Parts: sequence; structure tokens; C-alpha cells
Amino acid sequence: MTQPMKPLAETLRDFRDPILGRRLLSQLMRKIEAFGRPPRFMEVCGTHTHAFGRSGLRQLLSGHLELRSGPGCPVCVTPTVDIDRAIHLAHTPDTMICTYGDMMRVPGSASTLAGERGRGADVRVVYSASQAVALARSHGDASVVFIGVGFETTAPALALALEEAEESGLRNFYVLSLQKTVPPALGALLRGGDMGLDGLVLPGHVSTVIGRESFDFLGREPGIPAVIAGFEPVDLLAALLRLTDMVIDDENRVVNAYSRVVGERGNPAANAIVNRFLAPGDAAWRGLGTVEGSGMYLREDKASRDANNLVADPPAHEGEPPDCRCGDVLTGRIRPGDCALFGSACTPESPVGPCMVSSEGACAAHYLYGSGVDGIE
Amino acid sequence: MPPITCTDRELMALSDGRIVDLACGDGGLATRELIEDVFLPRIGNEKLRSGGDSSLVSAGEKIWMTTDSFVVSPPQFPGGDIGKLSIYGTVNDLAVAGARPLHLSAGFVLEEGLSLDLLEAVVQSMGEAARELGVEIVAADTKVVERGFGGGIYINTTGVGATMGAIRLGTDRIRAGDALILTGPVGDHGVAIMATRAGLSFDTRVRSDCAPLWPLTGRLLEGLGDGLRFMRDPTRGGIATALDEVARGTGRDLLLEEMALPVRTGVRAATEMLGLDPLYLACEGQALLVVEESMSARALEIIASTEGPWEPAVVGSVGEEGGAVRLRTPLGGTRRLGPLRGDPLPRIC
Repeated sequence: MTQPMKPLAETLRDFRDPILGRRLLSQLMRKIEAFGRPPRFMEVCGTHTHAFGRSGLRQLLSGHLELRSGPGCPVCVTPTVDIDRAIHLAHTPDTMICTYGDMMRVPGSASTLAGERGRGADVRVVYSASQAVALARSHGDASVVFIGVGFETTAPALALALEEAEESGLRNFYVLSLQKTVPPALGALLRGGDMGLDGLVLPGHVSTVIGRESFDFLGREPGIPAVIAGFEPVDLLAALLRLTDMVIDDENRVVNAYSRVVGERGNPAANAIVNRFLAPGDAAWRGLGTVEGSGMYLREDKASRDANNLVADPPAHEGEPPDCRCGDVLTGRIRPGDCALFGSACTPESPVGPCMVSSEGACAAHYLYGSGVDGIE
Repeated sequence: MPPITCTDRELMALSDGRIVDLACGDGGLATRELIEDVFLPRIGNEKLRSGGDSSLVSAGEKIWMTTDSFVVSPPQFPGGDIGKLSIYGTVNDLAVAGARPLHLSAGFVLEEGLSLDLLEAVVQSMGEAARELGVEIVAADTKVVERGFGGGIYINTTGVGATMGAIRLGTDRIRAGDALILTGPVGDHGVAIMATRAGLSFDTRVRSDCAPLWPLTGRLLEGLGDGLRFMRDPTRGGIATALDEVARGTGRDLLLEEMALPVRTGVRAATEMLGLDPLYLACEGQALLVVEESMSARALEIIASTEGPWEPAVVGSVGEEGGAVRLRTPLGGTRRLGPLRGDPLPRIC
């Protein structure tokens, strides 16, 4: 029925082929020239931001095509109030906080999880949600709280961890769910005002889980061309070509340029387990404010595992860091280099905002790969 | 990195197993027993057995000293353990300075409850690594700390090496046009450690590259003379950080070809899954060499003909004034390669 799959190494080699890549690049340049002005695209996903920098494409395309980052870095879109909530939990006696590494250094209003660990809080970096379940098993006397951060891609693993805890009768495993979903945020972003965007590069891995159809509304409501892209140089170039074609032809559709892993309807097994444990609700996003139905929280019948019930709300915080423009970077209003703090007061060593912390953050990607600094555009 | 509790059981013996207890560090009878039963049979020699407070050693006309502490978790990993690492790590620091490693000291900080079987295995591999290199451990010390106050086993080694005649290695000797050479693939050690910590397994099992750079660097010095400008072993921070230090040291740009950088398939797969960059992960048995351009073919020959895990490659060249590392991607774009910033952390998705 299905074709035998090529070995991964071979597939990757094809999609990194420099000769094919350079050919696609010159095709794209010609197309843009015919279009008459540099189109402005948003790469929604943080991993795409990273991939454009890493492959050197951002630099090669500079002056021909403008790439703006979007709200696609899960750590970055988590507002300060939620970081404070995690830190507040870390202060609770007999509580162990488990988190992915990205969250450790994200500034809350007064501290970071890494800082709290230094002061004696039990904060552990885990590589998966199920590792947190294992820690709950081996530390029966502690309340083990997993900080669930991420988009549709991490929700299934979180749900599986909850299932594992449930099946093994672990009572001390809790989740602080800060999970978010991408389509409602994109809807809010596009309704939020005209940013002169010509098209969207949609996240490949999120689309694997929810399917191409979930983005069809983009072609209808605000009406903008969009393409689902993979992460290798050839994937990125092929996606940009499709997008430019659609812009030229004035065609507002959602095209799948990552069909080797993305289907029309997504992954039903993954969505089924997510829906068994999590349900949508409103969520606050840095840069976007509260977006209806864009959060994923523990279902009511799973409330006994909701870490929000472990402690009272944290004290009110002082808002986002002054002068930090992460919110504007995350919504494509500015480029990282346009922020006055970028590269001076805010660097990966001493980040002011989350976009400079996470490996998926737009500011970190621009700084690390040298765009906006060192004379590299 | 935080202590990963999954390895606690491997580190600490079960209640009925043999363990290191506090008395082992009291300086009395129990300490003597630990020394006689665990250490001397494995790393002992005439000087250590004499039991003196200090050892008399002789070296060449110029003496080189270095020290390094090893706190790796887990203490055993594919391709090596903390014992082997504590010998090679210090020996390699001497080797890239051009010095022949001669003598080592070893200091152990053990946590109460440490499995004696693990300790024996670690000391055993230290002994083997030192003997293989003809290096003597001439002084040693052990302390035991209370359970909960140490990571199982920490080792410090100090090394003494010697050079005969003038060795002129340094970033000040690097010139525009010089070739940048790597002795082999990068990132193996970092991935082996992270994969063990995370309990990951890959199709291609990645092993630490933990290996001695001596006598390789001695042969390079001999064969290339003044054509060898500088050597560095890219441990913490990986090859990217080592290159950044060279660029800063010389004030010149270093131009790297991404396609020429050797990275094993298994390492690439693992780092992509974890969201890490192999260029920032530690190597424990490879060196970065800066060589006069006309000598680069000779350097590759010497490396290839020396026994060891070498797969040498010319990866770039020294450019004009600047002080930054610039990487040319396969598509022909350029990006900056900065030093490591903070611990490499796995990403979310």
C-alpha cells in the first residue's frame, strides 16, 4: 500500500542537496524580480526562524525578500505572569518542578526558574514529560509538577504522560498546562491589523499533528496565501517558491509543501489522546493578549492533577520588562534588530526578554547567526 | 545540568552492596584499607607505594603544568568513564601545548554510599589509561563527603609535562591563509553523555571519542616544525568556542566550510532530535590545528598514519583582520559562529 520509506539519512541528504538548493534559490530570485518588490512573509514557527538563519538563507535573501518572525516559539509567547506562576510553584514546600530546558532562564517579573534552583528550589530539566512521571514514581513524598509548555506538537506527549500517571495510580504527578494552539493565534494576529504581510510560512510539525485542513480558514477569512513548510534548505526554498507563486497569482489558499510528513487531517491517534486529557480554553499570549480558545488545559475530570490547585494565585506582577519588545517581535511588527535593547542590553548571556533565551526565539536566532550585528543583514 | 536521579541507582550501591562510607575518608585504618585495596592495585607504582607526602620527579628542561577537575554525570558512558576522562583530559591539555605528558596527581572526592564496584572500575580504567601512555600517577588523595554533598565521584588530576628545545605555538604565530584542520569528527563525547542522561538510544550507537592526543601532537610538532602554528583540544563549548577563541586571539576572521566539518551521522541525528548543535558539544579526543597552508597535506598524512580514532579534514582557513568566525553554508550563505552561551539545553519541539 505505502511506498517503502527511504532511509532518513538519504532523505535528509536530498533535502540538503546544495546544487538543487542553489537552483531553487536562483528560480526564487527571478520570480521575485518579476513580482517587482520584495514580498513580506512571516515564518510563524520558531524552528523555521532558526532554519533560515542556520542555512544562511536569511542572509542570501536579504534585500530580495523580507522575513518576519511570528508567534511560534512556545517559551516566548508564554507571558510573564505564567512564568511567575511556575516560580511560585517552585517555592511550595515538598514540590519538585520538572521542565524543558528552554524555560529555565526565561525571566519572570523578579527571577527565573534557574535562579530559584540556585536558591534551593527543586527544579529539574527533563527531556520528556514521561521522564517527569518517572521522577514522580521515584520521589513519592514530593509533589512533582511538570510545566507543560508548547504547541500541538508537545500536547500528545503531555497527554501520554498523564495517561501513564493515571494507569500506574501515581497521585503525586501534576501538570501546569501552558499549552497553546496555533490556528486561533494566527486568526487573532491577522485580525489585529495590517502588517503588510504577503504570505505565511506555516509550521511543519504542528501541521503534522492537526493536518493541513486546520489552516484552511486562512484562505477564507482574512484571505492570505499560506504554505506548510519543512525545515531543510530545499524544503524552505520550495515553500517560498510556492508562496511567491500564490502571491503573484493573487491566490489565497493553504498549500502543503511538506507532504512527506503532513496530511490533510493530521494524526488522529495523537488528537484522540490529547482530547481525553486536555480541553481548550482562553489563553494569554505575549504580544497578542488573551486569545479565545487558544489554550489547552486539563479537563475538568482531571482537575486533581492540575497544579493550579496546589497553590493560591501568585502575587500580581509588574508587567512585561520595560523597553522589551518581544511582543512586537512575536507578532512580526518589528524585526529583532529594530529593538533598542537587541545586542546591547539584551544578549543570550543576559536576556531581557524570552525571545533572546530560547533556542527557538527570533532574537536569539538573529543574534547567533549574525543578522543585525557584525554588519551581516 | 541538574543531577539526574535516574542514575542514582547505578551510582549508589543497593543497601547490601559494598559502598564507600564516611570512615573511608577519616585518614585512619579504613582509609588505609581503601588505598591498599582499591587504589594501589590499580594505579600504584613505586612512588605511590612509598607512601611519602610528596614524590620527587624529574622532567625536561622546561616543565609544563596543568590541572583539570572531572565531575561528569553519569560516571560511566559509552566509550569511557570518568577515570579514563580524568587521565586523557589532563594529558590532552599538555599535549596541545606541545608537551610530553610525564606525571600526574589524582585527587578523589567520593560521596558516602558510592558503590565500591563502580569506584574500582573507574580506578581500573585510570590505571590502564595512564600505563598505556607511559604516564605515572605520582601523588594521590582521597576525601569522602557525606551523602547528599557530592555527586558520587569527582576526580581532579594535575599533570606535569616537558618539552625539549623551543616550542613556539601560539595564536600570535597565526597568519592569513593558514589552514584549519580537525583531527576527526566533532560532538561524539557530548552526544554520548547527553544520550545516556536522557536514556536515548539511536540506530547508530554514539560513543565518546575520549582518547589521548599524545603521541599524535608530538609527531605533528616533529613533522611540521614551525609550520604548526597552534593546537587546541575543543572540550567544553565544542569546536565553535575553540574557533572563537582563536579568532579573538589573532584578531583575524576564520572562514569555515560547513560541508567540510566532519560530524558522524549518529551524532547529527541525535543533535537534531535534541535541538543541539554538534559544533558546540564537547570532544574529548580531537584537536583543532592551525597549520601553514603549504604544510596542510603533510599534516593530514601524519595524522592519518598515527594510530588513533583520526579522520582528519581541512575545514577552513584564516582570513584577514576581523576576529569573527564565519561559516559558509552549503547554499553559499554566510553565518556567524559565536562562542557557546550557557549550557546547551534541549529544546521543546
